[in-house]
Formats: sequence, structure tokens, C-alpha cells
Amino acid sequence: MALYVDIEKKLGDFIMRVKFEAADEIFAILGASGCGKSMTLKCIAGIERPDRGRIVLDRKVLFDSEKHIDVPVKKRKVGYLFQDFALFPNMTVLQNICCGIRGKREERRKAAKEFIKRFYLEGVEDHYPWQLSGGQKQRVAMARMLAAEPDILMFDEPFSALDNYLKWQLEQEIMEVLSRFGKTALFVSHDRNEVYRLTDRIAVMEEGSLVDIKDKKSLFADPGSLAATLLTGCKNITLIERQDDGRFYAVDWGIFLKSDRSLEKIKYVGFRAHYFEPVAETGAENVVECEVMKVIEDTFSMIVLFRQKQNPREGDWSALRYELPKEKWKQLKDRKLFLKLPEDKLILMEK
Amino acid sequence: MDFSPFWISLKVAFCATIVTFILGLPAARLVVSMKRGRSFIDGVFSLPMVLPPTVVGFFLLLIFGNNSVLGRFLSSIGANVIFTWQGAVISAVVVSFPMLYRTARGAFEQVDPNLISAGRTLGMGEVEIFLKIILPASWPGVMAGTILAFARALGEFGATIMLAGNIPGRTQTMSIAIYSAVQGGNRELAYRWVIVIMAISFVTIFAMNYLTDHQKSKRRTN
Repeated sequence: MALYVDIEKKLGDFIMRVKFEAADEIFAILGASGCGKSMTLKCIAGIERPDRGRIVLDRKVLFDSEKHIDVPVKKRKVGYLFQDFALFPNMTVLQNICCGIRGKREERRKAAKEFIKRFYLEGVEDHYPWQLSGGQKQRVAMARMLAAEPDILMFDEPFSALDNYLKWQLEQEIMEVLSRFGKTALFVSHDRNEVYRLTDRIAVMEEGSLVDIKDKKSLFADPGSLAATLLTGCKNITLIERQDDGRFYAVDWGIFLKSDRSLEKIKYVGFRAHYFEPVAETGAENVVECEVMKVIEDTFSMIVLFRQKQNPREGDWSALRYELPKEKWKQLKDRKLFLKLPEDKLILMEK
Repeated sequence: MDFSPFWISLKVAFCATIVTFILGLPAARLVVSMKRGRSFIDGVFSLPMVLPPTVVGFFLLLIFGNNSVLGRFLSSIGANVIFTWQGAVISAVVVSFPMLYRTARGAFEQVDPNLISAGRTLGMGEVEIFLKIILPASWPGVMAGTILAFARALGEFGATIMLAGNIPGRTQTMSIAIYSAVQGGNRELAYRWVIVIMAISFVTIFAMNYLTDHQKSKRRTN
């Protein structure tokens, strides 16, 4: 076990309770903004102080409220990549990187030069942060972070303020750094795709607590909770009512459905927009007779918003969303649309 | 015309500004990083700004006078401050301190807290962070505060006349010279000193404006 965290912090009306363990792996915390995920990282780094709890990194106790241990930030050896990179504006690239290195002036410069080479920053080492592109800024921030030889890396929503093209490029670079690092890395984000591509295990955070910790494949296949399902990007969610015949009524969608799994304790059911199967006609199980409300053309796909015919429910959740390739929609659009929800693709949620 | 008040004023103001600078910056940094008791300490540091200078001078007389422990100790080692230009420096320090302290505090509060946190995660010490990150980032504000403190020290009258008196050639600064000239009916001399002081004040305000404009445009380019 490389990192053990069990902390509690009160922030006004909001109570953050976080408990998890992470090995030498890439661990993500996925949550909506304001759920306390950045605060968790700040507590581990020592920038913020938890009210109660314990933080242990590689058998070194960083924080223990009972034993009154609170190791100062500068001794924790944590690498923290800030959202805006937090480069020192009055220092050049070389000076920024030198800040993380201890030792004699010449040794520091030599070590910093190595990092400048590794992060392709040759030629800009004497530039100031405002002269750099977004990509260069991130590389400087990563070089500076790694030059301090941290025992853990933490990324606080590193891409949230960037445009898509740059985001992709920087993500590749972070991936490269992470694959060479070999110790624990924590990654905080609200973007499911980013988290899926970069990490191994994902913790879902909602209103200050971790509701689920799973490896990424099983999280996306079976999120287990409403919060996790929403965060993994599932658009179709309904409240259900169990029926006596083993089926259930999807309250928001206005249809009866069957599941291959037990519905004991299940409160919500979700269905991903890609998994609908067009069928010839209704009558079979789990088929929706669609009343198409809107068809939206996306970059490479079509998004069809529809509802069950004669659904008494109104409102956002009664509309279902079907995403399909444009070619496929060409074949379907002139026919009456019936869509099947295969039993094994239903997402069941207990809470 | 006797130019000694001009030189005494400059000497006192320069010395006072240096002392205020050395005391005021750490004080501002301390208060910004404080969590508890912050408003109390802030109040104590800002008090000389709102107290009448004569009241400040009265307190200084109590502290440095021959009836106090400190005063007796100072005169036993032959370093009496009452009726000396050093006394004028002490008065000027006390009244100019809040100017620098408050401006510097405001400038320090504007520094992005992430920069400070980043410095700490990189293993930098608090002094290093202060000198290398906070001070450069808030430099225009600190300079503006220093100029303000200098101007305040240069024009100081009430506390100075209480502690250092009005001894021509020794403790008579320009502001006190104006007072003496008016008292003695010498209007012409008073006018001269008034013009000198007004010229210095204008230069000060221009310098201040230049620095704050510079700060704004720097922020824009960032």
C-alpha cells in the first residue's frame, strides 16, 4: 500500500469524508465540480488541513490528528500540478525548474538542464511564463514538479481550461510522464473520457464522499450508483417501480421492461445512448415505440431524442437519447422507429 | 536661507523609510498568513494612522522619557533620543509604518495563493518563498507603499515636535520650519518651504501613479 487516506473536513455546511487506499498505480477521483475532490488533493499535499483523520504515504505518516502529526508541505515530497500550472511569473523557465532542486547553484542548474532536455524546452529556457504557449507551460510545470523528486504525483484538473486540440496533446504528455513515474499518481477530474484514458482505478465522489471505488472497466459497465452513472456519461436514467410479474415499470420513460438480473433493492435504471438496437416492430420485450422529438446532427454521429408514445410523463427525464452513426440514421429515418433495450445492457442502480 | 531643515528632513525621512521597510514587510507577511487574532494585530499595526500625531508623540515621550525603564537605560549608555534627530526618526517610523504596512498587506493578499502552495510543494522554505515569489509578485504595491511611507515621514510634524523638539540645525525639519517661520512672522520663509514641500509631494504622487499604472498594464499582459 503506497497511500492511505482517511480524512474528514468541515467546510461550512459541507462535510467532506474521504477514505481510500491507492497502490503504485494511477488513481482517479471523478466528481462534479464542487464535490470536494480538489480539497482532497490539497489535504494530501498539506495545503489544507483536515479536521480529523490520517494520511500515510509509503509508511511515512503525513498527518494524524490523534497523534498530532502534521508534516509541513515542504517536507511531504508531493508533486502537485495546479490547474493554472502556477508557474512563477517573475522567473524564467530555467529558474522555475531550479526551484524544486536542492543543492549547490551549479548542480541545480545542471539538473534543471536535464529536465529542460527531457521536456523539449530547449530554446525557451530563458523565456518567462507569459512568453510560453499553453503546452510549454504545462511541460515546465511538470518538469518543475518532477525535478523536486516527489514520492507521489497529483493532478488537479489539469485540462479543464484548455481547448480540445491542446488538451489531447497535453494528455499524451501526462500519460508519458505517468508511465515512467512508477509510484502513486492521483488524478482529479470531472471528465469521464479523460479519466478513462489516463487511469486504472476510479473513485466516484459525490457531495464530499467517495460513493464507489472500482477499476475503470467495471465502473463504466456497472456504475452501481446514480452519481457514478451520471458521471460516466449515461444520459438515459429512470426511476423504477417493481412489478409482480418480475418486470418493472420505468416511471420516467413510461414503459415496462424486463431485466436478466435481480431487481431487489434497485431504485434507478439507466441505458447508454449507443446501445439501442433498431427492430422491425413492437410487441417483443423491452421495445420502445418511438415518438421522435428532435434529431441533432453532431460532428460524426446523429443524436435522436425521442419518447415512448403516449408516455404520461413530461419533462427532461422522459426523453430518451439515441446516438448512432450518420450512415445508419439514413437507413432508419424514413421508417417508423422501434428501439430495443437489450436486457444485459441495462445499468441497475441501488442508490 | 538656512537649508538645514531640508537636509534634516531628508535624512530623517530616508532613515525612517529604511526602518519602516525592514519592519513593515515582515509585519504585513505575518498578518496575511495569520488565521486567528488577525484583526487585532492589524488594528495595532494600523493604529498610528488614525491617532493624532501628538498622541503618538505623547506615548513616545512616555516610552523614551527619563522616567521610563527604556529611557533610563538609553541615557545610561549615552543614547538619549529625546531632542535628537534620532528621535525624529523614531517618530517618523511610527507614523509612516501603517502606510507601508497596509499597502504591502494589500499587495501580498493579491498574490495568487497557488504560487505560494506551489513553492511549498517544491520544498522551498518560507523565507525563500517570501523573497523569491511574494515580494517580486507584489513589488509595485510594495514600492507604492514605500513612497507613501517616505512622504508621510517627510511631512511628519506632531509626533516629531513632541519627541525631538524644534532645535534649528539639529531637529528642525521643513514642516517644523514652516511652523516656526509663521510663528515668527516670517511669511516669506514659510512660502519658500511650502513650495519645496509641495514640489516633493507632486513628485511623490507622480511616482505612485506611475507604479500603479505599471502594475495594471503588467497584469493585463499576464
